[in-house]
Amino acid sequence: MSRNSFLVPGVSRYSRTAVYRKKALYKIKKYETAAAPKDVATDKVVEVKGAKNGGKRTIPANKASRFYPAEDIRQPKKSRKSVKTAPLRGSISAGSVVILLAGRHRGKRVVVLKQLDSGLLLVTGPFRVNGVPIRRVDQAYVIATSTKIEIPEVDAKFNDAYFKKNKDVKEKEFLAKKESKVATSESKVADQKAVDKVILEAVAKTPFLRQYLGAKFSLSKGQFPHNMQF
Amino acid sequence: MVQGAFTRQVQVGRIVLLNNGPVAGKLAVIVEIIDHNRALIDGPTTGVSRQPFAYKDMTLTPLVVKDLPRGAGQKTVKKFLEKADAVAKWEQSAWAKKIASRDARAGLSDFDRFKVQKLKAQRRFALGGALAQAKKQAA
Repeated sequence: MSRNSFLVPGVSRYSRTAVYRKKALYKIKKYETAAAPKDVATDKVVEVKGAKNGGKRTIPANKASRFYPAEDIRQPKKSRKSVKTAPLRGSISAGSVVILLAGRHRGKRVVVLKQLDSGLLLVTGPFRVNGVPIRRVDQAYVIATSTKIEIPEVDAKFNDAYFKKNKDVKEKEFLAKKESKVATSESKVADQKAVDKVILEAVAKTPFLRQYLGAKFSLSKGQFPHNMQF
Repeated sequence: MVQGAFTRQVQVGRIVLLNNGPVAGKLAVIVEIIDHNRALIDGPTTGVSRQPFAYKDMTLTPLVVKDLPRGAGQKTVKKFLEKADAVAKWEQSAWAKKIASRDARAGLSDFDRFKVQKLKAQRRFALGGALAQAKKQAA
């Protein structure tokens, strides 16, 4: 029975909250998550007393309930969608120069090393050129340029687990005052230097490329990103 | 025949720059005049197929292919275009060069734009130095 109506096609008589009130949806429990079906035996064998009762009897493992709720509770529909990692854009590949659009390094041009399993891009400044360390960045917050640098495949040790922060480091960072920073571990500094060394050698081959990576991107008057080639 | 201030006439043999549609930006020759709105154009050397085209969708250029017979077939048009070397003359004109530089600027990549900025700064610096030198010598 419809508790709402149309004043004019497209305009309902009652608002969403008014309909909620009229239908007394506040009384109805929203969802009940279905428990996972367990592999339990449906029947069990029980000993029965009395000489003439056959000794054993097969009865259902769970007794049927005597009472059922007056109103059925809705079960949520099972989603058939599966979450997949974002596919790498065609314009981005290992060695592409990319412009960061968000975060503390916004506007900086960095080099993509590879795409991680989580879908994020692994990038580096290089650190000596623009202050961007080996970092993870989301594809969506990046403009891909057509400039590519020849770099060898990066070490497989750089994965999502490498960037996972453990509990005590998180606490230290939280407690440390805003001005002081938590020092990066020696191994990470060494990793940065090793990765950057190879990239800087490749960068030195192209004139202006090191300056380019050190400069920030910005729009000036008359420049519109949808009209520009990157 | 010059009619007053109009120097470019719609005539058989006039080279036109097409403005509209998939052939925009290409050159063609007027082969035949259909009526007051359209002409039959053809551009065998520039990749334009023989077709009727509205005057409002084309721009007349100062170039003419002389003595092109009216309603000439595609082979003849091609022969005359190559003899007159019309496309090469067009490329040399300031108009065509301006279009080319405009397209080049639009197609620059982010890195190219950066390089242009740096090179312009270098040139400015060199010019400034030379100018200062010249002023000192003149004074």
